[in-house]
Amino acid sequence: MTTNYMGKATSRVDGRAKVTGAAKYAAEYNVPNLAYGYIVTSAIARGRITKIDASEALAVEGVLQVFTHENRHKIAEDDQSYEDEAASPGSPFRPLYDNQIKFSGQPVALVVAEEFEIARYAASLVHIEYKVESHETDLSKVRANGYEPKIKRMEGFEPVKPRGNAEKAFQRAVHQHDAEYDLPIEHHNPMELFASTAVWEGNGKITIYDKNQGAQNCQRYIANIFGFPMDDVRVISPFVGGAFGSGLRPQYQIFLAALAARELKCSVRVSLTRQQMFGLGYRPNTLQRVAIGAAKDGALEAFMHDALANTSRYEDYQEMVVNWAGSLYQCDNMKFSYNIAQLDLCTPMDMRAPGGAPGMYAIECAMDELAYKVGCDPLELRLKNYSEKDQNEGKPFSSKELRACYRQAAEKFGWANRKPQPGSMRDGSELIGWGMATGIWEAMQQPASARAVLTSDGKLEVSSATADIGTGTYTIMTQIAAETLGLPLQDVTFKLGDSTLPQSPIEGGSWTAATNGSAVKKVCDAVGAKLFAMAQKMEASPFANLKFEDVAFSEGQMRLKNDSDRGVAIGEIMRHGGATTLAEEATSSPDEAKQEPYARYTHSAIFVEVKVDEELRTIRVTRIVIAVAGGRILNPKTARSQVLGAAVGAIGMALEEESVVDQNLGRIMTHNLADYHVPVNADVYDIDVIFVEEHDTIVNPLGVKGLGEIGIVGTAAAIANAVFHATGKRVRDMPITVDKLF
Amino acid sequence: MNNKSGVETAGNVSTSLPPKSWITLKINGAERHLEIAPWTILLDALRNLLDLTGTKKGCDHGQCGACTVLIDGKPINSCLTLAIMHDGAEVTTIEGIAKGDALHPVQQAFIEHDAFQCGYCTPGQICSAVGLLNAGKLRTPDDIRELMSGNICRCGAYPNIVAAIEQAMQSEGSAAQ
Ligand code: FES
Ligand code: FES
Repeated sequence: MTTNYMGKATSRVDGRAKVTGAAKYAAEYNVPNLAYGYIVTSAIARGRITKIDASEALAVEGVLQVFTHENRHKIAEDDQSYEDEAASPGSPFRPLYDNQIKFSGQPVALVVAEEFEIARYAASLVHIEYKVESHETDLSKVRANGYEPKIKRMEGFEPVKPRGNAEKAFQRAVHQHDAEYDLPIEHHNPMELFASTAVWEGNGKITIYDKNQGAQNCQRYIANIFGFPMDDVRVISPFVGGAFGSGLRPQYQIFLAALAARELKCSVRVSLTRQQMFGLGYRPNTLQRVAIGAAKDGALEAFMHDALANTSRYEDYQEMVVNWAGSLYQCDNMKFSYNIAQLDLCTPMDMRAPGGAPGMYAIECAMDELAYKVGCDPLELRLKNYSEKDQNEGKPFSSKELRACYRQAAEKFGWANRKPQPGSMRDGSELIGWGMATGIWEAMQQPASARAVLTSDGKLEVSSATADIGTGTYTIMTQIAAETLGLPLQDVTFKLGDSTLPQSPIEGGSWTAATNGSAVKKVCDAVGAKLFAMAQKMEASPFANLKFEDVAFSEGQMRLKNDSDRGVAIGEIMRHGGATTLAEEATSSPDEAKQEPYARYTHSAIFVEVKVDEELRTIRVTRIVIAVAGGRILNPKTARSQVLGAAVGAIGMALEEESVVDQNLGRIMTHNLADYHVPVNADVYDIDVIFVEEHDTIVNPLGVKGLGEIGIVGTAAAIANAVFHATGKRVRDMPITVDKLF
Repeated sequence: MNNKSGVETAGNVSTSLPPKSWITLKINGAERHLEIAPWTILLDALRNLLDLTGTKKGCDHGQCGACTVLIDGKPINSCLTLAIMHDGAEVTTIEGIAKGDALHPVQQAFIEHDAFQCGYCTPGQICSAVGLLNAGKLRTPDDIRELMSGNICRCGAYPNIVAAIEQAMQSEGSAAQ
């Protein structure tokens, strides 16, 4: 038995809990005397409530209370109290705050009853009158209102300064391509409905089982709004049924559950319905213009990328849509702009690869179009313009094995056999299309802490307040800890999803493996160092004159690195040292001096085959080969699943997903899973994931880059490009539905 | 304010609750007696009243399959049926798929093939697969793709789900021989 786990395909440590139904999600804690809340949402997009009549609802047997802005008790009034780690600049939405309606689907009342069905029934009896004001929910109508957000959401979110003279170079270029690419609103739609079970502890304390991507982010939010001391609020979320970014901010059900529990002094569960989930954040409607000028041979001479996306009336939501081309392609004349325009919708939210997925969709479709104009192979065009350094930052890459991605994926796919002419390949009554694209995402690291407790029976518990939303966090952290201290996997437990655990940022941005992984490594090393100090004091210690660097842990022992036969069992060391437990806490922060000189990115190359029925125009994505350069791969099994799942998401993005707004009502009409189409099993065929070798000693101590987003970046473009290759029809507004192919 | 059926009303609206009645469900082999209102959906009865929270709610409208359970061996969407309609029925939920500590081949294959990520659709996927396998409806990977399409997995684990069910089919086949 070896205890080297990093890099080994490992089944999820929480797998058994998930296949037996034992894994508990936020709405599944059936505490005694639980009351149920049912939410009433606004029927209009903009205006104010003039009257709420809850008398009928209150008359129903078993109804405990109907909470509205009129009867709720004191909550914070200042914007700051409502801010959270993923907030954009502005004035965050405050549920049940006043009579103002800011979007259709806004929560306006919470009916709490002894039974779920009673609350649901009574909610239908709450009568609300509105003073309706005219709304605007159509981004294409307010293009002229677009503005550059004054306060940046964070560093790096603004377009980089122009380089050279893109306009002029574009005008002079032999080949010009200039087009607009549109992306509709998309909703995350994790399978689990947002829910909170707020447990009133009786001593002024509240424990909330909640669906989120950051327990401490939610803890602070609730403490700030309701004026609880921080220690009186505990947020727990050991299992999260998907989120894709929708749990990065506290959602309104946690507010409502906490409010009701505090007022009623009892435990309350509040769940959203699937329909109500369309009143949460979403990937914004994004309109993009990409203009590329190229020399005769395809060398880029000008690149302009302008994006306009919607936000709400109350927050300047921002994401990095432009800039990517500047990191990815060599071009001396580049110009980017990013504007937002306000609509009467709720604020958008980060959705899997925010900014990157929309931006790279436009960039990579445009590059494909350029390839046809130049008359060269789309892959050739990418290789011709391959960037050896990041021109945006003027820095070399910490690592960039994108060439290997192109090569390995193209080979596996059989790209060399592609006939360039659109519509020239077929299989019976189906037209075959082959398309490709590139993906890029940032390799980030944040500060985080972890705790490790080792007991003399050789059991190790490590913890950090991050989340596992299906990402495999439990498993990879367990692998890191087990390998670092040389323990069998089954003797190591990792805990997450609890605000009482050591500090962690929200789980997102593909940074968790790097962020919490580095903290886990560091704290386990600290435990190791303590063990070493103890071992040195043992009689006739084989470690007496050595340094910590000279030993390694494996198979339950501390061993000499250069003579692995010589070792002492960890339990024995602890017994000699008279310690039953060793506990350490450590914080790992990015090494900025080391990281700053480099641009740090994950890359991918995606090759797609579609088959389009010649007459019906139905599209099948029959093959995807995606090669990822993501640094060190901790667990090829869960890593593959991450990329695979994101690629499936890209099928949805390219062909199916659209939150259709009825502009007259200002309301999303496809607000259920029958009308909002996501890929189902029959929509998905072969997906081949390749991880190319990539060594990176800069990004973080583990050399990992994160894999949550990369699979969706560029993949929708590769599908769109394949559809063009099959049909000769260029669809520039997603999703590519059958009707657009006629 | 009493109407004919003796229900309290305010205006035209009923303010008293529908009467409850006792039913018996044979769930995962054990008889469970339940006093239940006619408007309680089977899914909510399982999750809220019987604390069998392995069965998931993803849409409440028969659109996602997360709530799939087996009734008398057949997979159904438990969100689309009233509990009271199943008095005397045999219900198998995800909690009853394994035999004690021994996982069902489908469960084992799901772990081995990493056929899930967040795990929220998983109980429904497994119940559907077990029901379809029991009925002998799955023969090819295309059958799996088609017949498992009532179970949405937003994490996109589909290729692994197909691989897992294929493996379970083979192991079931060899067990039958
Ligand atoms: S919850 Fe029953 S099908 Fe979605
Ligand atoms: S595993 Fe997350 S929805 Fe299927």
